[in-house]
Amino acid sequence: MLLVTCPYCGARPEIEFHCGGEAHIARPTLPSATSDAEWADYLFTRTNPKGIHAERWLHSHGCGRWFNALRNTATDAFLVTYKMGETRPDLSTLPDAPKAGGR
Amino acid sequence: MPQSHRLPRGGRIDRARPLHFTFNGQVIEAYAGDTVASALLANGVTLAGRSFKYHRPRGVMTHGSDEPNALLSVDRGPGRVDPNNRATIVEVTDGLKVASQNHWPSLEHDIGAVNDWLSPVFVAGFYYKTFMWPRAFWDKLYEPVIRAAAGLGVAPDAPDPDRYVHRHAHCDVLVVGAGPAGLAAALAAAQAGASVILADEQAEMGGSLLHDATSAIDGKPAGAWLDGALATLASLGNVTLLTRTTAFGYYNHNEIVLTQRVTDHLPSPASHLPRERLWQVRAKEVVLAAGAHERPLTFADNDRPGILLAESVRAYLNRYGVAPGRRIVFATSSASAYRAAADAHAAGLEVTLVDTRPESAIGPEKALARGLTHLTGHTVVGSTGRKAVTGLIVAPVSSDDIIGARRTLPCDAVGMSGGWTPSVHLFSQSRGKLAFRTDLDAFVPGMSVQQERSAGACAGIYDLAACLSDGWDKGSSAAGAHAERGFSVTPATATGFKPVRVLPTDTDPARQRAFLDFQNDVTAKDIRLAVREGFESVEHVKRYTTTGMATDQGKTSNMAALGILSEALDKPVPQVGTTTFRPPYTPVTFGAIIGSARGALFDPIRTAPLHEWAAAQGAQFENVALWRRAWYFPRPGEDMHAAVKRECRAVREGVGIFDASTLGKIEVVGPDAAEFLNRIYPNAWLKLEPGKCRYGLMLKEDGFVFDDGVVARIAPDRFHVTTTTGGAPRVLTHMEDYLQTEWPDLKVFVTSTTEQWAVIALQGPRARDVLAPLVDDIDLSPDAFPHMAIRTGHIHGVPTRLFRVSFTGELGFEINVPADYARAIWEALYAQGQAHGITPYGTEAMHVLRAERGFIIVGQETDGTVTPDDLGLSGMVSKAKPDFVGKRSLARPDMAVADRKQLVGLLSVDGRTLIDEGAQVVADTAQPIPMKMLGHVTSSYDSAACGRPIALALISGGRARIGETLFATTPAGFAPVTVVAPVFLDPEGARIHGHPEGGSHA
Repeated sequence: MLLVTCPYCGARPEIEFHCGGEAHIARPTLPSATSDAEWADYLFTRTNPKGIHAERWLHSHGCGRWFNALRNTATDAFLVTYKMGETRPDLSTLPDAPKAGGR
Repeated sequence: MPQSHRLPRGGRIDRARPLHFTFNGQVIEAYAGDTVASALLANGVTLAGRSFKYHRPRGVMTHGSDEPNALLSVDRGPGRVDPNNRATIVEVTDGLKVASQNHWPSLEHDIGAVNDWLSPVFVAGFYYKTFMWPRAFWDKLYEPVIRAAAGLGVAPDAPDPDRYVHRHAHCDVLVVGAGPAGLAAALAAAQAGASVILADEQAEMGGSLLHDATSAIDGKPAGAWLDGALATLASLGNVTLLTRTTAFGYYNHNEIVLTQRVTDHLPSPASHLPRERLWQVRAKEVVLAAGAHERPLTFADNDRPGILLAESVRAYLNRYGVAPGRRIVFATSSASAYRAAADAHAAGLEVTLVDTRPESAIGPEKALARGLTHLTGHTVVGSTGRKAVTGLIVAPVSSDDIIGARRTLPCDAVGMSGGWTPSVHLFSQSRGKLAFRTDLDAFVPGMSVQQERSAGACAGIYDLAACLSDGWDKGSSAAGAHAERGFSVTPATATGFKPVRVLPTDTDPARQRAFLDFQNDVTAKDIRLAVREGFESVEHVKRYTTTGMATDQGKTSNMAALGILSEALDKPVPQVGTTTFRPPYTPVTFGAIIGSARGALFDPIRTAPLHEWAAAQGAQFENVALWRRAWYFPRPGEDMHAAVKRECRAVREGVGIFDASTLGKIEVVGPDAAEFLNRIYPNAWLKLEPGKCRYGLMLKEDGFVFDDGVVARIAPDRFHVTTTTGGAPRVLTHMEDYLQTEWPDLKVFVTSTTEQWAVIALQGPRARDVLAPLVDDIDLSPDAFPHMAIRTGHIHGVPTRLFRVSFTGELGFEINVPADYARAIWEALYAQGQAHGITPYGTEAMHVLRAERGFIIVGQETDGTVTPDDLGLSGMVSKAKPDFVGKRSLARPDMAVADRKQLVGLLSVDGRTLIDEGAQVVADTAQPIPMKMLGHVTSSYDSAACGRPIALALISGGRARIGETLFATTPAGFAPVTVVAPVFLDPEGARIHGHPEGGSHA
């Protein structure tokens, strides 16, 4: 079971959370101005990387807050979690985060 | 003779505490400290079971959890029958009953043994090759027969009376395995101040030290050193010692799951104790000290009862005081068996030591063979005996595999050793990368992924002194201390071996039965056959031959099978690779896994505030999400159909009362509440006045309906939102998602109030008459309180949010009161309603009533692919709003095509046939199969009000088909149905004003 660090509550077991898919996909400010292709892209296209993935998590059985995380999809290591609205952290400037996940 | 094979002295058993148990009904004498396996061997019982496929006689082969042969059914009383237990780990208790498995009529005389004679037929892939044809025979004949013949033990059929619990724990250092490396690791970590959990699967900690009769550690005999180490650990407050505890799974983020067998070894356990305890441990660091598994040698008939692993012979001699035989042949390619042979000799047994290695390859261990008959450069070509080994057939073999003259060495037990395989199961489960070491002919832990380290034999270190110092080093570094410590051990451990695959033989290798995987009856020739048939991947060969797929996970066999595969493919072992190690390391009971999640605790049950009242009235209940809802209220002599019919008629003609408390409720509050709802719902909310209600569909961004409900504006900045019963949590999550991530600027709070408000629906032409006497501060007159209005006030003195809404099509009120008052208000209404024939109704009547009016139920008329327009509800979608959730998707061309499935009504042409919900609908029954499906029936009920069955359906281009005749599938064939508009009663909606004469029902 994953150990997920909620930015508001601290480290908690995975069962308290829901993963909400890829992060930093902003809803178009005026959806009606998008083409069908752009709208489909917003709705369905995801990067699905092997490696570092920015994703949304909800502490559903805790504080109820959404937040973002950088997780290595190959190792399941969480590199950092951060609050909604904050920009994606630059891994090279993080002092303690393991770069490859785990050790 | 009782205990005929018990040595006169020695061992860790307690000879002052004799015990008795039965094996296949025969009373067996044992001592406290015995396992079933050691006790059987002590009594000269070598035949312990029949093998899985060929029903060959098998005996105890090992002394631990890697046992593939001696699998027994253990009977501890009613409901406590457990199949497939390894005799090597079941501790003897007084009165225990064990039985061998997989034979009929008896262990001694087994009809199934005919499979062994037929073995040339039962090759790898036999089932795949044989039972392909005719296809129809599979379901009725082949599969039932194969299933009856397959498997080992019989699953118990009585409920398990025992209790199982889960425990969560955290520690700085978890040490798995309490052999020399694990003990040293735990000592080092504990002395560095770390909190330590040390777990070992055996009844006693010590691992190989428990049967080490010769080593001295730091000047003390191994047993004394062990006692001292355990006493030290037990005295430390920061150490938790868990015996009989198997770490069986290594999961993400250093979560290790262990199962502790708490009571099976106790003759009369205290009632408060669980049978097993599942530990979920989150460790900062893990030291794996899981040891190594000895490999059997691969030669013809290497599976006869009495043929054991060499180290296991040593364990039975020294730990249990049992001689597996009086005349023992050790056959080995490994130095470690020399110590076993020497110990057997010291115990006064007749010992022959056969080494497959030439004289020149034998190291200092040679000194241990002094006084023994010692054959070097010999191969083993077979064994003699049937239900017990009587001899080992050996022959000299030259360096170029020329086999000399055979001779049979008479014996009653064999100890074989093909070297050692580090137990890398948990390391591999942790996703660590394995590395192959040619000198050890084994995979060892390579690169770690999680916070763990392997110590001792599981890391390929077999020398006792090196194991101890490696364990200390790993335990110390796991605790962040990095203190080194040396251990002196005399005499030095005999290590070193020459890997062998199949031992050289002078017979046709294609005809010999040399077993690799004893539990699944896989022989060396099966692996070669798989390669000849084109299998190359180790994962495919495993599945085709089933090698390593038994409950022992191939602990003894995997490396031998891999070696033969490597030879057959002519590829080095690292290129062949190894199969994936998966939890559990050893079998785990279902009880331990489910813990307390059984019976009433299996799934939480939610009950509404009026549940007890309904139960007292004899209501039948149905499950809706986690809720139990009153389904219908049968009167004496009534079946469901009669009860529902009566309840529906009461609502249509008089008044019914219904517990709608399970409806989801969300309070939406804040200066931007209206703006928020305006974006979340497709219809318009900004101009809804306080005191008014509006029905809303809720869409996801993809444009499909995912919930619905009535929303009331209580005040300019306050809305009372209702959702479906099952959808309440996901609607709240959906709202929170948009508020927190897309529109954080909106000043809105959303709060679940589902359990705060009880909802009593009062429906029917007499509803106002029942309600009026109990309400004095709300004007209930039709003009003052119209349909789709909300008023706050008091009912019977209790604060209420009173809705005038209807899900039945009748004049209706939904009375929201604080949940604690629900019973009192319900009973007041019920008493008041007696004069009007008030009738409680359940969810089934509610479904019929709403279907008669064509009201949808989300999840029944919708399935995640249905738009508002598909439901005929495009009027609920604002054309004027620039944006709302789902709007852009509704503009996609596919959302407007004419053949989308649309909600319609269906009436069976004969007026009698009730179509099944889920039935498929076609236009032409003469078309070829597969037919073109037009859609399916979503709701179907017998309607008393309509005097006939009615159905709702989603039909391709349905609205354009109104008036057509289509055909719905029924169990008896196709039934013709007429497509009609999805409303069957009161299409003008006049009845909500309380005029029963406005309806058309009889």
